[in-house]
Amino acid sequence: MQGVQKRFGATYALRGVDLEVSAGSVHALIGENGAGKSTLMKTLSGAYQADAGEMTFDGQPYRPANPLDARSRGVCMIYQELALAPDLSVMENILLGIEPTWGPFMRWSETRSIAQRALNEVGLETVTPEAIVGQLSIASQQLVEIARAVAVGCKILVLDEPTSSLTQKDVAKLFSLVRRLKEKGIAIVYISHALEEVQALCDRFTVMRDGETVGHGRVNEVPVHRIISMMVGREVADLYPRSVRQPTEVVLEMKDFAGASLPRKAALTLHRGEVVGIAGLIGAGRTEMLRSLFGLEPVKSGDVRIGAFRGEASPGRRWAQGVGLVSEDRKTEGLAQNLSIAENLTLTRLSGLGPWRFIRPSRQRAACKPWIDALPIKCRDAGQAVEDLSGGNQQKVAIARLLHHDADIFLLDEPTRGIDVGSKAQIYALIDRLALGDPSTGKKPKAILVVSSYLPELLGICDRIAVMTRGILGEALPVASWTEHSLMLAATGQTSDAPSSPPV
Amino acid sequence: MSEPTDSAPSQSKRVLAFAARLVALVCVYLFFAVLTPGSKGFTSDANTQLMLQDIAVVAMCAIGMTLVIIAGGIDLSAGSTIALAMITTAYVLNLGPKGAEWVRSSPHLMPILAVLAAMTVAGTVGLINGLLVTSLRMVPFIVTLGTMQMARGLAKLVANEQNIYPPSDVVGDLWIARLLDPARTVFTFPFLPAAVWLVILCALLASLFLRYTRLGRHAFAVGSNEKTAVLCGVPVLRTKLAVYLISGLFSGLAGIIFFARLGGIGQPTEAIGYELFVIAAVVIGGASLLGGRGTVLGTMIGALIITILRNGGVKMGWPQYTQEIVMGAVIVVAVAIDNLRNRRRT
Repeated sequence: MQGVQKRFGATYALRGVDLEVSAGSVHALIGENGAGKSTLMKTLSGAYQADAGEMTFDGQPYRPANPLDARSRGVCMIYQELALAPDLSVMENILLGIEPTWGPFMRWSETRSIAQRALNEVGLETVTPEAIVGQLSIASQQLVEIARAVAVGCKILVLDEPTSSLTQKDVAKLFSLVRRLKEKGIAIVYISHALEEVQALCDRFTVMRDGETVGHGRVNEVPVHRIISMMVGREVADLYPRSVRQPTEVVLEMKDFAGASLPRKAALTLHRGEVVGIAGLIGAGRTEMLRSLFGLEPVKSGDVRIGAFRGEASPGRRWAQGVGLVSEDRKTEGLAQNLSIAENLTLTRLSGLGPWRFIRPSRQRAACKPWIDALPIKCRDAGQAVEDLSGGNQQKVAIARLLHHDADIFLLDEPTRGIDVGSKAQIYALIDRLALGDPSTGKKPKAILVVSSYLPELLGICDRIAVMTRGILGEALPVASWTEHSLMLAATGQTSDAPSSPPV
Repeated sequence: MSEPTDSAPSQSKRVLAFAARLVALVCVYLFFAVLTPGSKGFTSDANTQLMLQDIAVVAMCAIGMTLVIIAGGIDLSAGSTIALAMITTAYVLNLGPKGAEWVRSSPHLMPILAVLAAMTVAGTVGLINGLLVTSLRMVPFIVTLGTMQMARGLAKLVANEQNIYPPSDVVGDLWIARLLDPARTVFTFPFLPAAVWLVILCALLASLFLRYTRLGRHAFAVGSNEKTAVLCGVPVLRTKLAVYLISGLFSGLAGIIFFARLGGIGQPTEAIGYELFVIAAVVIGGASLLGGRGTVLGTMIGALIITILRNGGVKMGWPQYTQEIVMGAVIVVAVAIDNLRNRRRT
């Protein structure tokens, strides 16, 4: 791809991008959200048409009219939102659109055998071709989609953040599959925020920023901090700011806390003015703990005390008690995608936005202004729909809701998942400011509980970290006594060289 | 994360879901058989014949609706299309005596012409639905809400807002008016009225169509995830067009049967609200209104349940409003049970 440009109205989404991917290699495409990676890949896979520039594929000029055209040329894209028909069987999904037929009739035996071959190729032998896709795990569904790409004979495979919803084990499986596909001569474009993954898997990389390519090279020749500074356009001096904080009174306390299925046993105290992190594997029960604390899932037993309040409560009560939750799933749960920033941001506290119980839209939008400026949220105005924003800005809206609500206790579930480094840095800075408070304006410090699967982040921003292992929460220990290594060991249940074995 | 390592669980679940519907059907039947006063004759031959006639109409129409709903659409015009096809049949038969010499000289031609005309008209309604949904990308609910009104109006226009009574010397012995003629008892050949056999044949064909043709599988794919279907090169628009057309044709067949059911009369104000019974039958049969799921066999059971409920309510001497409340409640409960089961599965 050379000098590819794409314009939407007056704004350039891509202004001259060069990208070269060779067969039998894994090429990382890196950049912040909004840098134009997705636009570029949509141009490659035919969803958009380039306004200028040239694309060549196997020496031939290449200009796909639509995704189907691209697919028939051998360019397949695997999006984060999987493109599968959940009610259909695995084999039908793999051969959708290219079914072997006899006249108008399906040839089921052949469908089955082709699908089985594709499944074997992606290492999904445990799943039968007849299984219904909607009943498989996300990881298996992703492999089914790759199997489909293999079955249509793809030559370029684009993977968009493929590991964002996978467990460690599934990630390892995916990596070995990507390596196998590479040996077969398939060119792979790997889009990711996780530079560790890029280092582990990719041969070359291209960095994009503001719709342009700003750097490329061999992964093993360029140090990570160089790549990061290419991404953000400046040296990241300190991604994780941490002021000296003064934890004060206890605002949240739970003992022998157990949810309907998870967590099985959790005890924790959270003080005003501190950031506590919860580490652990996906599925260990961290999200479930936050959700049952917040009344979104039933509590089985245990004692919870939040400020002056005791016991279980509905989400509505929790908000009233000054607790706010940012969901890990901002797309479907955290935000109402087609509503405006203002509607989303003020949803939990609409009082005072108009006379009596009425709401004046102008006042609603005005109430958002300070937060839009302070975080900052990149948008046209507060009336813009949330779905138009990039992931990082959406996440800032989700967090700003807690600020507008003036919550005291922030429950943040994977607050930086799938967002760019720039937004991450802003969110880390915000968390630090919140935990510190601002005596000059009389803002009291907040208490913040963060669930994250990204260990450097937890180690960077937290005062204390507790590890959840198969539903059991260990003791929250000062961050200084943890390392990435010991956190990982504790998360997988091997406590041998953890700093001090957490009581179970 | 438990994964089905082979297809046995989902297979057995499907069988179980089917068995549950059969049990529900038997329960509904027994409920009325036991509770209806003997004198009302719920289980009598005459009433069984009556129910078979109702079932033939609802079930025939529901076959087409099943396809539409599987493909993620809805066809609210079904009831009006039934009426329009019925009126067309009566209208053409009525033309006979006034027709040209060649028509009067070959009376066996008239019913064939009438059927062809009815099917053409009904197919056209289906085609228009399909075209509006595909070419203008309109929402099926709105499109068919509109064509529902238009087809009803057209039926009244053609019938001049009156019932059409084709002369009995024309209709009297015609096969078309005798589609629902009672077979003497259920135990003597041909066991069931011709129209019921036709429904069974159509249901079988539709089942095979859904399972064994590419178009049938594409209907599922489009209903389950339309974007994916587009990406994979499924001719989405053609698939949608086809299901609406097919739905129109099945409504047409249902209209012809309805004509026979009324004893050879065209009544433009009949079959009002039938689309709701038909949709209810499809949903009770296990289809998802979100698309991607549904079986013709399930729909047939749904149609039986709906018809028995309607008939049984009358036989019990329930007032109209009680019947309506019960009918509504049954639909809600059926869907609720289905949802609960699905939730447990995932």
